[in-house]
Amino acid sequence: MDLVTFGVQLLNAIQYGMVLFLVASGLTLVFGILGVINLAHGAFYMFGAYLAYWIAAYTGSFWIAMVAGVAIAFVVGLVLENVFIRRLYGRDHLVQVLLSFGLILVIDEAREILFGKDVHSVAPPAWLSGSIQLTDNLSYPVYRLAICGFCLIVAALIFFVITRTKIGMIVRAGAENREMTRVLGIKFDVVNRYVFAVGIALAALGGIVIAPISTVFPGMGDGMLILSFVVVVLGGIGSVAGAAVGALLIGLTDTFGKVFFPSVSSILIYVLMAAVLLWRPNGILGRREV
Amino acid sequence: MRGWLIPVVLLAAAIALPFVVPTYYVQFVSKAFIMGILAMALNLAVGHGGLVSLCHAAFFGLAGYVLALLSPGYDPASLLLTLPAAMLAAAAVALIIGALALRTRGVYFIMVTLAFGEMLFFLFHDTGIAGGSDGAYVNAKPEIAIAGHQLLDLASPMAFYFVVLFFLIATIAVLTMLVRSPFGHALAAARDNERRARSLGFPIYRIRLIAFVISGAIAGLAGYFAAAQFGFVAPQMLGWHLSATVLVMVLIGGLRSVTGPLIGALVLIVLEEVLKASTDYWKLIEGLIIIVIVLALPGGVRQLWPMIVGARADGPSPRQAAPPVAESRHG
Repeated sequence: MDLVTFGVQLLNAIQYGMVLFLVASGLTLVFGILGVINLAHGAFYMFGAYLAYWIAAYTGSFWIAMVAGVAIAFVVGLVLENVFIRRLYGRDHLVQVLLSFGLILVIDEAREILFGKDVHSVAPPAWLSGSIQLTDNLSYPVYRLAICGFCLIVAALIFFVITRTKIGMIVRAGAENREMTRVLGIKFDVVNRYVFAVGIALAALGGIVIAPISTVFPGMGDGMLILSFVVVVLGGIGSVAGAAVGALLIGLTDTFGKVFFPSVSSILIYVLMAAVLLWRPNGILGRREV
Repeated sequence: MRGWLIPVVLLAAAIALPFVVPTYYVQFVSKAFIMGILAMALNLAVGHGGLVSLCHAAFFGLAGYVLALLSPGYDPASLLLTLPAAMLAAAAVALIIGALALRTRGVYFIMVTLAFGEMLFFLFHDTGIAGGSDGAYVNAKPEIAIAGHQLLDLASPMAFYFVVLFFLIATIAVLTMLVRSPFGHALAAARDNERRARSLGFPIYRIRLIAFVISGAIAGLAGYFAAAQFGFVAPQMLGWHLSATVLVMVLIGGLRSVTGPLIGALVLIVLEEVLKASTDYWKLIEGLIIIVIVLALPGGVRQLWPMIVGARADGPSPRQAAPPVAESRHG
């Protein structure tokens, strides 16, 4: 493998990892703050991609699709938290698993009613649709580079909000010790609602940015859900930094696994997960005690 | 007296059933029994062990694949050989997954079992084992034969029904004995208060692992018969949507009893059948029903019983009669 090919694969790995991070950070935030395990997270990723396809087809603009898709997902998140999710706080994990499974069935069928079950593709914005010529027969799509850049900005924004702002302080305190934070007078009803909506919006955003380079299909949420879970298990539950580490690890493992060990590439990330479980059962950046 | 009367009546009804209803319903009830075995197996881990597993479909599907792979072309496979092989394969995989997953707790355990279950799904989906994503046929139903003499051919729906019924009763018997044994009490103790059970000297990890492996093996038993009945195996048999559906059956039936999940399986399968026949959007309705059950009846449909009967007999306090299972599990 020459250096250029290696560089291209490395970029692919990073780009894949960054999208994974977007989705998984939403999942880990929702678990860290709300204490709710949300199996429907992948369904929102799928729904975001379909929204992007649908809005882009109507308006002809990917950017409108992106903004509107995220906004719709955010509002849906607020409503769902209010109607269903807030009934899950402090409840058994089994109840949370099954309620979110029920939500998956509902979202899947809603998607079928609204958008059908066809496979679609979405065109990237015109000025990002070209590719950069690297060598005579190797080129790299600009859109993939744009994803890397965009996801980096979103990731920086997430880290900034969590580590540098008052909202972030509340979120961190809530993840650390919910009862104590509540006693200190933080209104968790409101925090919970917005954290859940942001989590859903991040999942949808992941689906929207991936739509132009992958196909939009009904089962796409399932694969993403599993990958997000593996990311969270690798990084440690509730840790956004852990999600970043886990996502990049999976991006690298999956991309280079497909290059070097194509026959077993589909199970490599699970081998990685098993190794991390043997080494640090609470995740690479997870706390020792749970 | 009621203690043994109800099971005897139910058993008599189950034995009489195939003689009075058409073949279609015999097959339908066989299918429901098979899912009941799977749900009861899962409940050993979930209800009695407090281990919410999302990979039991993988054990179920794996055993089905073992039957498909061991079936000799168009001749029937020998049940006495292939069933133990299928259950052993499921148990072996449950041992590996369990040994890793049980290093974690709570929500981690759910995620890890889900991920490993999907690994098996992708193993059968992406590689060429038994037809890849297309699945594979089980051309002939297995037979019970000793030294070349065929004793029972499962190709007849009636024979199939009674074999499944036999294994259903065997499963209930084994699980009941397990739950009532010192082992079962230790498992429940670890569920209710892990720290205390550990300080009493119980080897928690080993107890849970054994329960998980037994649970996986019985899930394999169900998968074997499911594959034999449909005559076909596909990767979807191992997918986590089935695991979650079976969890719904467990919750509907109630977590604290051995036979509850069997009732849950019957309820959910009949419900699905009715919904599929009446609307195109049956998944939407099923999803909403699941959400309502989860929110309103965390103790399962059995909770309705004291509400209905209790309200009439003991006056108005149906809520006290059945404390929500979910809340009593923290500790």
